[in-house]
Amino acid sequence: MSEWRYWLAEQRATLMAVGIFALMFLIYVANHPAGLTANVVQTASNKGVLLAFVAMAQTLVVITAGIDLSVGMIFILTNCLASWLVVGTAMETTLGLFAVLGTGLACGALNGAIVIFGRLQPIVATIATGAIYFGLALLLRPFPGGSVNEGLADALTGRLFGLIPASLVVLAAVVLVVWVPFSRSLTGRTAYASGSSEVAAYMSGVPIRRAKFAAYTLAGLLASIGGLFLTFFTYTGEAALASGNAYTLFSIAAVVLGGVSLFGGKGSVIGAIFGALAFRTIGDLLFVFDLEPLWQPLFQGVVLLVAVSLGAFALFRVKNRLEWFG
Amino acid sequence: MEGISKRYGGVRALEKAELVVEAGRIHAILGENGAGKSTLIKVMAGVVSPDEGRMLLDGKEVRFAAPADARAAGIACIFQELSLVPDLSVADNIAIADPPRRFGLIDRRAQRLLAEEALARAGAGDIHPRALVRDLPLSRRQMVEIAKALASRPRILILDEATSALTAADVAKVFAVLKRLRAEGLALLYISHRMHEIAELADECTVFRNGRNVESYKAGTRTDAEVVQMMIGREYSNVFPPKPQRSDDAAPPMLECRELGWGGRLRDINFSVRAGEVVGLGGLDGQGQRDLLLALFGVLRGTTGEVLVDGRPATIASPAQARSAKVGMALIPEDRKTEGLMLPMTVRENLSFAVLDRVSMAGIIDREAEERLIDEMVQLLAIKTAGIDVPVGALSGGNQQKVVIAKWLMRKPRIILLNDPTRGIDVGTKQEIYQLLRRLADAGAAILFYSTDYDELIGCCDRVLVLYDGRIVRELEGSGITEHALISSALNVEAETRGAAA
Repeated sequence: MSEWRYWLAEQRATLMAVGIFALMFLIYVANHPAGLTANVVQTASNKGVLLAFVAMAQTLVVITAGIDLSVGMIFILTNCLASWLVVGTAMETTLGLFAVLGTGLACGALNGAIVIFGRLQPIVATIATGAIYFGLALLLRPFPGGSVNEGLADALTGRLFGLIPASLVVLAAVVLVVWVPFSRSLTGRTAYASGSSEVAAYMSGVPIRRAKFAAYTLAGLLASIGGLFLTFFTYTGEAALASGNAYTLFSIAAVVLGGVSLFGGKGSVIGAIFGALAFRTIGDLLFVFDLEPLWQPLFQGVVLLVAVSLGAFALFRVKNRLEWFG
Repeated sequence: MEGISKRYGGVRALEKAELVVEAGRIHAILGENGAGKSTLIKVMAGVVSPDEGRMLLDGKEVRFAAPADARAAGIACIFQELSLVPDLSVADNIAIADPPRRFGLIDRRAQRLLAEEALARAGAGDIHPRALVRDLPLSRRQMVEIAKALASRPRILILDEATSALTAADVAKVFAVLKRLRAEGLALLYISHRMHEIAELADECTVFRNGRNVESYKAGTRTDAEVVQMMIGREYSNVFPPKPQRSDDAAPPMLECRELGWGGRLRDINFSVRAGEVVGLGGLDGQGQRDLLLALFGVLRGTTGEVLVDGRPATIASPAQARSAKVGMALIPEDRKTEGLMLPMTVRENLSFAVLDRVSMAGIIDREAEERLIDEMVQLLAIKTAGIDVPVGALSGGNQQKVVIAKWLMRKPRIILLNDPTRGIDVGTKQEIYQLLRRLADAGAAILFYSTDYDELIGCCDRVLVLYDGRIVRELEGSGITEHALISSALNVEAETRGAAA
């Protein structure tokens, strides 16, 4: 095999997510009454990045063969926190930003500590911490309200040079600052290795605990960036349980659409971002076709099922039936 | 190494073992299955900690808490169970422990060069560094494993059955590499069951038996027969039931295989088992015995050849068909924890799974009938349990194994396949299992029995089929089943050696 075919094999899952997104988005703008305008793209990307950040967070944990059911709640908690703190003068706003991101990191670190040192299963540990984070959010905002530094909010949800959505630029910047170093560090490599085969990773003497801890902690950070953006769009904080749960579940769907294996060890954040954008577009398709919103969950479910089934074909090649269960 | 001991539960894997390895030499370690070789190298590689004894490196005492410590000390190990990560590329795997970095990030170009160089050193330049390990066949993976060990520039290199998955051409390449490494001043520790490989490579040999080093000698100073003698050298400690004299009967064999094959792992398997017969499967671990049992039980897909039950061709495409009344087959699996039992569930639940269809009417379980059957089994096998509603996980290993056997006996199978059923259980339970096997055979069952313990094969079996490399290489019968014959045919050494040893 030549070099480019290896590259293709490595990127196949990500490219597929890009393809699904491109197709969906094409159908979307082709049928949108306004067509492809800067405004349509801006609205779509502003909606999309919220899920994209949460899906990025989920990806990091899923790569280690774990799962984080608290990402949606960290997202909500940081939204509520931001609606108190990210206000006032430039100085106050900056401090507020750091406080919100720091809270996200701390939530993620707590998840990581419980999973690694408490040896609890990620699914249970993060259900519990998720409930705690939501409880804190409720204490912060028993009723929807608060405000945000509107200058900053408008800048980050607006357009650069009247054309490029600023939220996409931030998303790209976060990928560059968080994902690229992580994926190319020994820690990130270890995250993949322990997700793929923890025994082999241990035998190879790589820092498994450090990698898992980093994955959960960075997941908390990414979810809090998502929470900040939610505040920038809505100008308020709201402890909405349904919304938190939906984001958690959608993040898992987006991750799978993006070609990240729930068994761990495979996939990338880039794929998950496109998975998230595609998932959002699928939902929006119904509006341009003027269907009733009632159809949205059913429609999203069917599309998701089809996309996920594509990954199951490998099972037909298995020769020893015991491998079905391995 | 001085006086290293390691116990697993009550089982002693190593007992005051000693070993001296010198730089610039290849030191071979020999011994039967379970002689303690693997435990010894796990201690050296930092995978397990010894209970007592100490390790000296260049005269200084060292302790390894994790594999990373051993690697830092310059010890690289190529394990039987591969330590490669399947979803990473070959290059990623080779450089996994300490990839080349620039500004803290992995430098992929440097890593690529490093991987290419390591693959070339291992004589595996044909493997593409970007290929995923998951996509490589076993023999290529093994070469990657060797390249990975070389990439860490070790001072001591341990190879545990590193050639067992390799083709002859690869073995030649690896040998050339090992000889070059010896010339470069590395200390090599080579563990293999293949006598001719050891004869070609080793400078020194140490024989292990029952967790102790029995003797060390210069390579070439002992004959194969003497080595085999050193590997055995123990008295029989198990009591076996007498084997009945049997006359040839005209009935067709209960189970027969004709030209059975599966991929490259099983080839030309021909044999038959009659009612009342206990037939053993011998040979070294991993020569296809397990695959053969799984193939018979309908677990493997794509098998070739024919299986006959009662002289008639039978299609067994799934475990459900294998255990159907027409075939009446049972497989007592090797790993009772994953394939045989649901540990958190009770004895009752585990036992009745196999017979739910027999004790239920229209989908409702008849608790009384269930209880009667279970009581019968618990008594037949003398399972020591506080009651049938105790979780199986709370029983001892031997009693757990009895529950597995009972579970399958409840269906009254006619053909019983056993995959190393006595591994890791105590002597008393072993004896009960031997007697049970013989009773079942006398009651008319056909039994196929794989064991890694040669004593068992000798004591229990009417005939023994010795497998090597997925093929039956020898069939031993009656008084021809001796330890010498088993070991020498398992090692596939020359016929003359057998004569000399006998």
